[in-house]
Amino acid sequence: MASQDILDGDRASRGSFINDPKVRGIFFQVLVVVLLVAGIWWIVDNVIDNLRRSNIASGFSFLRSRAGFDISESPIAYTSDSTYGRAILVGFLNTLIVAASGIVTASIIGFIVGIGRLSRNWLIRKICTVYIELFRNIPPLLVIFFWYFGVLSVLPGSRDSIHLPLGSFLNNRGFYFPRAVWGEGSWLILLALAIGIALAWFVARRARQRQMATGQPFPVFWTSVALIVGLPVLAFVLNGFPLSFDVPKQSTFNLTGGFQLKPEFLSLYLALSFYTAAFIAEIVRAGIIGVSKGQTEASEALGLRPRQVLRLVVVPQAMRIIIPPLTSQYLNLTKNSSLAIAIGYPDLVATGGTVLNQTGQAIEIVVIWMVIYLAISLVTSVLMNWFNAKMALVER
Amino acid sequence: MQEHDLSFVRVEMAIAQAPPRSEAGAGAWVRKNLFSSVGDSILTVIGLLLVAYLLPPFLEWAFVNAQWTGTDRSFCATVAQGGAQPDGWSGACWAFVQAKFGQFMFGRYPIDQRWRPILVAILFVALFVPLLIPKVPRKGLNAVLFFIVFPIVAFVLLSGGWFGLPHVETPLWGGLLVTLVLSFVGIAVSLPAGVILALGRRSKMPVVKLVCVIFIETVRGIPLVTVLFMASVMLPLFLPEGVTFDKLLRALIGVAMFASAYMAEVVRGGLQAIPKGQYEGADSLGLGYWQKMILVILPQALKLVIPGIVNTFIGMFKDTSLVYIISMFDLLGVVRQNFSDATWASPQTPISGLVFAALVFWLFCFGMSRYSMFMERRLDTSHR
Repeated sequence: MASQDILDGDRASRGSFINDPKVRGIFFQVLVVVLLVAGIWWIVDNVIDNLRRSNIASGFSFLRSRAGFDISESPIAYTSDSTYGRAILVGFLNTLIVAASGIVTASIIGFIVGIGRLSRNWLIRKICTVYIELFRNIPPLLVIFFWYFGVLSVLPGSRDSIHLPLGSFLNNRGFYFPRAVWGEGSWLILLALAIGIALAWFVARRARQRQMATGQPFPVFWTSVALIVGLPVLAFVLNGFPLSFDVPKQSTFNLTGGFQLKPEFLSLYLALSFYTAAFIAEIVRAGIIGVSKGQTEASEALGLRPRQVLRLVVVPQAMRIIIPPLTSQYLNLTKNSSLAIAIGYPDLVATGGTVLNQTGQAIEIVVIWMVIYLAISLVTSVLMNWFNAKMALVER
Repeated sequence: MQEHDLSFVRVEMAIAQAPPRSEAGAGAWVRKNLFSSVGDSILTVIGLLLVAYLLPPFLEWAFVNAQWTGTDRSFCATVAQGGAQPDGWSGACWAFVQAKFGQFMFGRYPIDQRWRPILVAILFVALFVPLLIPKVPRKGLNAVLFFIVFPIVAFVLLSGGWFGLPHVETPLWGGLLVTLVLSFVGIAVSLPAGVILALGRRSKMPVVKLVCVIFIETVRGIPLVTVLFMASVMLPLFLPEGVTFDKLLRALIGVAMFASAYMAEVVRGGLQAIPKGQYEGADSLGLGYWQKMILVILPQALKLVIPGIVNTFIGMFKDTSLVYIISMFDLLGVVRQNFSDATWASPQTPISGLVFAALVFWLFCFGMSRYSMFMERRLDTSHR
C-alpha cells in the first residue's frame, strides 16, 4: 500500500527498478490478490472437508423440505408442514413489518422530541434532553428486555385484563383491539380515497401554477383534507355503512376475537421505536440548528408568517441536513430488529437460526441473511438517495 | 450666530437602577421560560403532568418501597405471590441485585480467584485515569504500559495457567468482566484496523480499494447478530479439523470486525475533510506515504472525527450485550439469566435487575460521551 506517495514522484531521479511507483503498485496489488486467493482457497478447502466429514449436503435444496416447526406469528399462511423456504419467507416478512412500523413510530417520536429540545420552554427542553440522554446510552437489547420482562410480562393475566377505551384490552398475552371487518362494497371507499388523493394533487398543482402566475393563494391544505377525507366518508355513507367491528370478548380463560398484538412484537416494536427515536431527535435538532438564523430573519423580512417561514424556508433546508443520517438510522433500526431472536419474535434471524439448528446448513443460512439484509440496505439507500436528490439544493 | 460649546462630558457614573420588577428574579425567569405565551403555558402544563405522572411513582418504586435487604424471593413478593409484602406492594428488589452482585460483575468466575479480575480492574483504572487527564506527564510511557504491557498482564491474570495461577476457562467468565474485555479488545483492534481500512478505501490501487470497499460495505450492511452468528457457527467450519477456537475469542473477532468497518467510515470522513494542500505539502517535504499519513494527515483527520470515534466506541460498548445471543454471558446476559433463578423469581426481580444493568451501561456510555466533548473542546485549535 505504500506506493501512493511515489506514484506522482519523479521517476528519473530514482534509478532503481524497485523504487518505480508503478512497479511497486502492481507488486502490492498482486500480493494482495495472491494472499486473498490463497486464504479463500484454504477456507473453501477446509469447508469442503468439514462438510464431508459431518455429512452435510451443501446447496439450497433443503429449502424445499418440510420445516416441522411452528411460528407463533405469521402474516401469511404457515403450518409446520410448510417448507423451510416458506419459514424463512415468514421471518423476512416479520422483519419488514416490525421495521416498517418501528420506522414510522420512531420518526414521529424523534421529530417531536428533536423539536422539543429546541423549544423556548425550559421544562419541555429538559424533558427531551433527559429522554435523549437516557435512551442513547443504554443498549437496545436492554430496552427490549425492559419492555418484555419488565413491563409486558408482569401485566395481569387474561382474566383480569386491563380495559382500555374503544373496546381494547391489555394483558400479559398482548394487546387486543377491535378488528375492522369490511362489508360488501368497501372497494368503493378505496376508490373514493384514490380519487380524492388524485384530485388533491391536481388542485395543489393548479393552485401553485395560479399563485406563480397571479400571486393569488388558494387554501390547498383544507381543500385537500376535504377531498381526501370527505370523498371516502361520502362513499361510506352512500354505501350504507359497510363496516362492522370484531370486538375482543372476555371468556373464562382467554380473550377471543379482535386483533391481537403479541408481547414479543409489542416489546420489539416499542423498544426499537423509543431507542431509535432518541438518535433521530438528535439528527433533527442538528438539522434545524444547521439552518442559519439569517434565513429565518430574511424570510420574516419578506413578510412571511411564522408557519410559512417554517414550511417554506426552514424545513426544506433542514431536511437536506437531516436525510442522510436519518437514512442510516432507519437502516440501523432494521438491523437492530434482528434482536428479535432474544425474545423469540420470529424475524428473519430467529427463523433462520431455527432452520440452521435443524439442518446444519450454516453457510447457506448465513448467505441468505447477508443477501436479504444487504438488499434491504441497498433498496433503502436508493430510495433515500432519490428523495435526497429531490430535496437537494438546485444550483446553477 | 453665536457659537456655543454644546459638548458635554459626564464626570460621575450614573447610579445603576434596579432592573424592572418584571425582568428580575424567579418570577421573570418562570414567565420567560415557562409561560411566555398561551401555547407555551399549555406545553408547560403538559410537561408538568408528564413529570408528575412518571417521576413520583418511579422514586417511590426505586427508593421508598424498595426492598434493600433480603435472602430470597419472599422479601420481594406480595402475599398473593407467596411472599411477605402486603398486597398491592410494588417496589424495587435491590436485595436481588445485592445478592447477585458478584455474579453480575464476574459471572461464574471462581469465588476464591475473584481477586484476579479485581486486581486487573485496579490496574486498569490506575493506568487509564492518568492517560485521560491531560495534565499528568509521561503520556508516552503511560500509553505503552496501557496498550502493550497491561493487556498481557491482564490476560495472564485473568486466564491463568502461569506462575501457579489456576487456569480459569473463558466459559466461566461473565458479567461486567466480559463486557469490558470485549469492549477493550474491540476498541484496541478496531481503531488501527479502521484506520488501515479507511486508508485502503482511499488508496489509488484498485485492487486494495475494492477489497476494502467490499469488506466495509458488507459488514455495515448486515446486523451484528449475523456477524456474531457467522463468527460462532461458520468460523469452526473454516478451520481445519481439530483446530478449535475459544468461544470468547470468536465473539471478539466478530465484534472487532464489525467495529472496524464502522470505524473505517468515520476515519474516512476525517481523511476527506483534510484539504488537498496538506497532502501536497507533505509530498513536497519528501515524506513517504506512511510518514505523510502518520505525521501529517492522520493527526489532523483523527482529531476532526473524535466525536464519531467515541460514538463508535459507545455503540460497540452497547453492542457487546448482543453476545448474549450466541449464549455468552456479559452483564446483560447474566442479569437476564438470573431472572429464572427460582430463589429470587418474583414479578419485581426482572425490572430491578434491568434497571441496575441500565444504570451501569448508562454510566459508562455517558462518561465516554462527556469525555469526548471535553477532549473536543481541548483539541480545538481552529480559528473560528
